[in-house]
Amino acid sequence: MKVLLLLPLLIPLLTAIISLLVWDRRLQRIFGVIGMAGLLGSAVGLLRTVCKEGIQAVQVGGWPAPFGITLVADVFAAIMVVMAGLMGLAVMVYSLTSMDKRRESFGYYPLTHIMLMGVCGSFLTGDIFNLYVWFEVMLIASFVLTELGSEKAQLEGAIKYVTLNLVSSALFLTAVGVLYGMVGTLNMADLANQLAKVKPSGLVTTASMLFFLAFGIKAAVFPLFFWLPASYHTPPVSVSAIFAALLTKVGVYALIRVFSLLFTGQTAATHGLILAVAGLTMATGVLGAVAQNDFRRLLSFHIVSQIGYMIMGLGLFTPLGLAGSIFHIVHNMLAKTNLFLISGVVHRVKGTYQLSSLGGLSRSSPGLAILFLVSAFSLAGMPPLSGFWSKLILVQAGLQAREYTIVAVALVVSLLTLYSMTKIWNEVFWKTDPAEGEQEPAKTDSFGEAESSLALLAPIVVIGCLIVSIGLAAQPVFALFEKAAHQLMNPAEYIRAVLGELP
Amino acid sequence: MQTVMAFVVGALYAAGLYLMMRRSIFKLIIGLALLSHGSNLFLFLMGYLTRGGPPITPPEAVRPVAPFADPLPQALILTAIVIGFGVQAFAVVLIRRAHETLGTDDLDKMQSTDVD
Repeated sequence: MKVLLLLPLLIPLLTAIISLLVWDRRLQRIFGVIGMAGLLGSAVGLLRTVCKEGIQAVQVGGWPAPFGITLVADVFAAIMVVMAGLMGLAVMVYSLTSMDKRRESFGYYPLTHIMLMGVCGSFLTGDIFNLYVWFEVMLIASFVLTELGSEKAQLEGAIKYVTLNLVSSALFLTAVGVLYGMVGTLNMADLANQLAKVKPSGLVTTASMLFFLAFGIKAAVFPLFFWLPASYHTPPVSVSAIFAALLTKVGVYALIRVFSLLFTGQTAATHGLILAVAGLTMATGVLGAVAQNDFRRLLSFHIVSQIGYMIMGLGLFTPLGLAGSIFHIVHNMLAKTNLFLISGVVHRVKGTYQLSSLGGLSRSSPGLAILFLVSAFSLAGMPPLSGFWSKLILVQAGLQAREYTIVAVALVVSLLTLYSMTKIWNEVFWKTDPAEGEQEPAKTDSFGEAESSLALLAPIVVIGCLIVSIGLAAQPVFALFEKAAHQLMNPAEYIRAVLGELP
Repeated sequence: MQTVMAFVVGALYAAGLYLMMRRSIFKLIIGLALLSHGSNLFLFLMGYLTRGGPPITPPEAVRPVAPFADPLPQALILTAIVIGFGVQAFAVVLIRRAHETLGTDDLDKMQSTDVD
């Protein structure tokens, strides 16, 4: 079933090409949904194969392992591809009605597909330079998506976003150079083998820290996150949602991959640093969020805060910790995307993102209020929703590793997250509408057509159901994440799948 | 030669970072370009400089004759240069558009997305 590894790359590419060729908005929409559904289908197939038959690898072009480019899928990568497909499909359906004509006719759909291809490529590649190339594919598409529409705020946000990401790319390239100069290979499995033989030296530490910086900028960890709250809320909400779902998580994925496969020689220093950064990221993110009064900016700061939890498990570097990290990534993709999508619906109904001018939605649209509550409480970690279990596992892993400081930080930040979610709840849904009694022409046209609200709400309802069902059936899901973490902690299987039985 | 090139790489990084910290968006783009040139050159140096040793295997041998230039870093920077070219072309158009729309080239005045 080698073709399953290639499908998550080929389907978005083909869909993008077809969308570019037909260049008709209506056809692009149809192909968009079909393409994303196909991506999700192939990803689920890949995950099933990987679970059943172990790690899959393809040598592209038939060149044997350390020389050619390898595509590898372990359980972790397959889970991430499934999530990418799911989020892609949800956001695609959502944008059918939320995206404006101008952006659609300037290539919103093909760009989204190209970005999805870059994301899936980054998850599946087994070659460190190829990872750089996929990062760039993803970045160039995301640059255009942030800027598409050329509103004032968008251009400002785009300059910050582009600059910081280009710096990160330059650092990444430098790190690849250091690694290649040291051991003369680029294949990640081969690199793991060679680095295990190299004595720990300043050069290895330099390379690992350069990777940490490069991926840290992309994942938006403390103190490298400032570009994120400055740019993520500027594009239209479906673009913000897909960025929040996928782009920072690709940075986290790369961090986990590199620091579980390549740089495991000096865990006390490197993973200790990661743990400290995780705590600071959680705390600064949530404190930044407390001060915000704009729906989407508040959510952007929460992205930063949640990244802290994701790398906390990596910092602990125990199987339980990594399983918690993966659980948290999956949960966060669902909850955060859903919150962004809901903020878009609120904007459609009320015409603003400012918390102070919103209100009264719990009476006018109670269904939306319940959907918000599910996602928000899941983000804050209330039982029995998905966020509770991921945080529980991370805290348990922290206690087992006797890292009490990080556990305390994680718990306090959890409370503050709950505080800022209740703040949104109070301001947007609970308090009386400040504009109540006045004439509101904007309010009536919002849910005008039944099908338009269906396309907006269907993804939110489906993701909301997933959050609840992951929360209620945490055990089978956790078993899958545990398997993924086990593979990450024991890279021998990964190396054997790529290089064959040689070493 | 190796040492000289090492200093050139260092100078490119330093100049790139310095220009990026200036306030003008035009200098920002020049800085980004220098930074990416610096990393490309660094990648190239990592294969070590070998003059007049093409990596060609003689008909009867299994590997090229001993001192030969490593072709892989050259292939890598070729890829990196092409990507860098595309990204910089986009960045140039972006700052032109930003300058037109925002009416300023001063980065310190682009704060509307940081405050609400």
